Parts: sequence; structure tokens; C-alpha cells
Amino acid sequence: MEENQENVKVRVEHLTKYFGDLHVLDDVSFNIKKGEFVCVVGPTGCGKTTFLNLLTKIYQPTKGELYIDGEPADPKKHSLAVVFQEPSSMPWLTVEKNLRFGLEIKKLPKDEIDRRVENMLDLLGLQEFRDRYPHQLSVSTAQRIIIGRAFALQPDLLLMDEPYGQMDIKLRFYLEDEVIRLWKETGTTVVFITHNIEEAVYLAERVLILTNKPAKIKEEVKIDLPRPRNVADPEFIKLRNHITDQIKWW
Amino acid sequence: MSVDEKKKVILNLENISQSYVIKDKVKDAVENVSFDVYDNEFLVILGPGHCGKTVLMNIIAGLEKPVGGRVVLDGEQINGSDSRIGMVFQSLNLMPWRTVMANVEFGLEISGMPKKQRREVAQKYIDLVGLHGFENSYPHELSGGMKQRVGIARAYTSNPEILLMDEPFGQLDAQTRYAMEEEVLRIWEKEKRTVIFVTNNIEEAIYLADRIVLLSNCPAQVKQIYDLKDLPRPRETTSPEFLRIRTEISDNTDLAL
Repeated sequence: MEENQENVKVRVEHLTKYFGDLHVLDDVSFNIKKGEFVCVVGPTGCGKTTFLNLLTKIYQPTKGELYIDGEPADPKKHSLAVVFQEPSSMPWLTVEKNLRFGLEIKKLPKDEIDRRVENMLDLLGLQEFRDRYPHQLSVSTAQRIIIGRAFALQPDLLLMDEPYGQMDIKLRFYLEDEVIRLWKETGTTVVFITHNIEEAVYLAERVLILTNKPAKIKEEVKIDLPRPRNVADPEFIKLRNHITDQIKWW
Repeated sequence: MSVDEKKKVILNLENISQSYVIKDKVKDAVENVSFDVYDNEFLVILGPGHCGKTVLMNIIAGLEKPVGGRVVLDGEQINGSDSRIGMVFQSLNLMPWRTVMANVEFGLEISGMPKKQRREVAQKYIDLVGLHGFENSYPHELSGGMKQRVGIARAYTSNPEILLMDEPFGQLDAQTRYAMEEEVLRIWEKEKRTVIFVTNNIEEAIYLADRIVLLSNCPAQVKQIYDLKDLPRPRETTSPEFLRIRTEISDNTDLAL
């Protein structure tokens, strides 16, 4: 318990949420280490989105608290970035200006903004698209911009809510490799929510499995496989099947 | 391939091409696509996003005319929509002010079938898709998977020879999708029809298909046809054979960034 305290970036304690009589989240507690990549999975309709909205402070919990670096999370003090399933770039801004936007809001010095934006354009391989507008890009590229924008903020915590929801496998593998690259490059602490178990095992260092509503943590699974991971590796499949068995309702 | 089963071709696409003029430029969406569809088979058309899959579906459904080629059903060319072909759309177009029953029986009502008779037909398919007890519910009271079931029941009521399903599960989450894939196979086993199912999801394609027609990136061309008839059902998505096929098809698919 005590030993890793200084490594803990995010501490969630007894998080509980009721909407009227509807009990959605039941006493959820866990820690996330600095720079960790955690995936959250659970059966459809288990309350994953409520869970996310509590972490972003969009909702107030009925009970419980979220701590970042040992202090109660405060959107004014800490930076929380969120990526949703629907691409949410600003249509009136070019790719470059979309990347700059959050950094300018944070009033970072101009040369720091320039440095981060150039770095992100390089990492994404999107230099040649810097002056394009979102509507001139494919849905997947628009989503890559949003993800890049979130990483460029160097947030205390980056939350991703099924960002690759409806993309085909080929694209998904490509984007998953990209998100791992960005994560490694920036050392960001990531919570990634998904319905897709294969994706969770491919990405995460640790998978939190939620139960049906009211959601509790059913199990934590450490994923120790080397990267890049092989989805056909028997160890990978064992973990995938194990997690699937924990949530399977279909 | 099963022993000497002489497969009857029900539908064929002959050199279908489609182009549009967008801002004075000709854009090809489908290029010279040909394949046969066998009676009562489950055929999946697989291709990356925006590759022209829906255009191809619309052409088969007779909703648009190709600039080249023709669609032949039971030996004769089809022009315009045909009651032998039913369609389940991704966006279901359920009528929100009508109950499940009223949505499912709508087509029969339009065609003038008496109430008692059309209720019977509609009830049969409502039962088949597992919505018994929800006849009087409205679409907004149903989950995403249940709405899809209504769409499938509605398509079945007009008793088509061929069911076209255009990414019907595209908006569902991965788990509900697995559930619906199992359902659609169960329904198909019970009420055999020729199904043409469009998806961009390789896993879904392998789980469902007798055969997969793999399309290229835009303009859509046939890259390859995979015969999976010998892969027993229900298929295990994490079995070595399943994953091997998935890798093979994925390697052969265009990345549509």
C-alpha cells in the first residue's frame, strides 16, 4: 500500500454515483501510476460513461473523491484531457491551429507552443496536412488530430472514451500503434475506455474490469506482454479470453 | 466446398461501374465489379470505409442506376427496386410514432394486405427476431440491438428472396455487435434466405460469411473472394484458424487512413 505512494498519479477513492434511485457506480477505488496506460472494460451499459464523466469532473460523485498528485482533482489546477468517440476538432481551424488551440488557452509561451506543435505534427506524420481543415480529412485522420492535440497538452490525465469505436481492424491496429507511440514519447498517464477486449489487451499495462450496474471493479488484470504485442500469441489470447469471460453477457 | 452441391446462382453482378461528377470532376466509386451470389448463401461484402460498398448495395437494391454493367436476378436484368430484394439499413428509418408491430407490418399495410393477415405475418417475424412482448413498444423505448431486430423483422415480412444488409451493426458497440451477429445467424438458419451483408469489420465478416467478397479502396474493385464454407459454425473469434484468416484478409486489405 505505502510503498509506491510517490509514483501514484491518480487516486480514486470510494467513487459512488446515484442518479435518483439509480445506482450506477458502487464504491470504486483504484490507483493509477504516473505514466501508466490503463484500460477500462465492462459489459455494455455498465456505467463506463458515467465513470468517465466522474473522472473528468463533468459529474459530481454522490460519494468519493478523485485525487491527482495527492490533491483533490480540480479542473482549474489540474489538466484533464478527454478524447471522445466522435471526432471533435474545431471545423473552422486548420490542423495546425487545432493543435495550437488548447496550448494557447493554457497561455503557454509561444516558442513552447511552436515546439510542441511541430513535434506533434512530426509524430503523427501530418506535416503536409497542417494547413488543411478537418472537413478535408478522413474521419480517422480527424481523430488522430484530436488525439495528438490531447497528448500535446501534456495533461495530468488523458481520458479516452472508445476513440476507435467503429473503425475497421486494419485502421484500428494502425491507430493503436500510433497511440502507444505517442504515449511512450510523452509519458502521459492514460485511461482508455473500450468495449473491445482485444484492444484493451493490446494497449494496456493494466485492465480494470467493471461489473454490471452498479459498476464495481470486478478484477484487475496486469498485462505484462512485450510490445509490439502479437494478437495471435497464445498468452495474449489467454488474457483476452479470460477478460471476455468476466464480462460476457451475449 | 460441400460434395457436388450444384450451386444455383440467384443474382449476378456483371461489370458494374459507377461514377459521379463532383465539382466538374469525374469520380469513380465502383469499377468493373462482377461476382455471382448463390441461392441461400450468406455473402459478405467487405471493404474499407468509404470504398463504395454502399453504392454497390444501392445498385443491387435498384436505388441507383450504374453507369456501366447490369444486375441480373433469376436470369433477368433488374431495373429499379424489386420486391424480391429487401433491405436493412444502417440508419434504420424506423418510424418513431409507430409501435414495433406497426413498423414491422408497414410494408404489408402499404401493399394492401388485410389487417388480420398482416398481423399474423408480422407476428411471426417479431417472434423470430426475439421481440415477443415488445409489439406495443415504441422505437425510443428499445436499445440499439433491439431496433436492429425490428429492422430485420420488417425486411423479412415482405418475404424477399434476397436480404441486403448495409452495415446494420455499424453503430453498435463491440459486445452488442457480437450478440447481434449470433442472432442474425440464428435467424438465417431458421429462415434461409440469400443474404448480402456489407461491413468494414473483418472479424464480423469471417464470423458470418459463407463467402467474402473483398473490395479495394475507392474506386471499389473486387480484390479477392474467400470461401469460408468449410469453417464450421459457431466460429470462435480467437481460434488459431480464425485469426489466421483474419490476418490473411487484413494483409490483403487497403489501409484507408
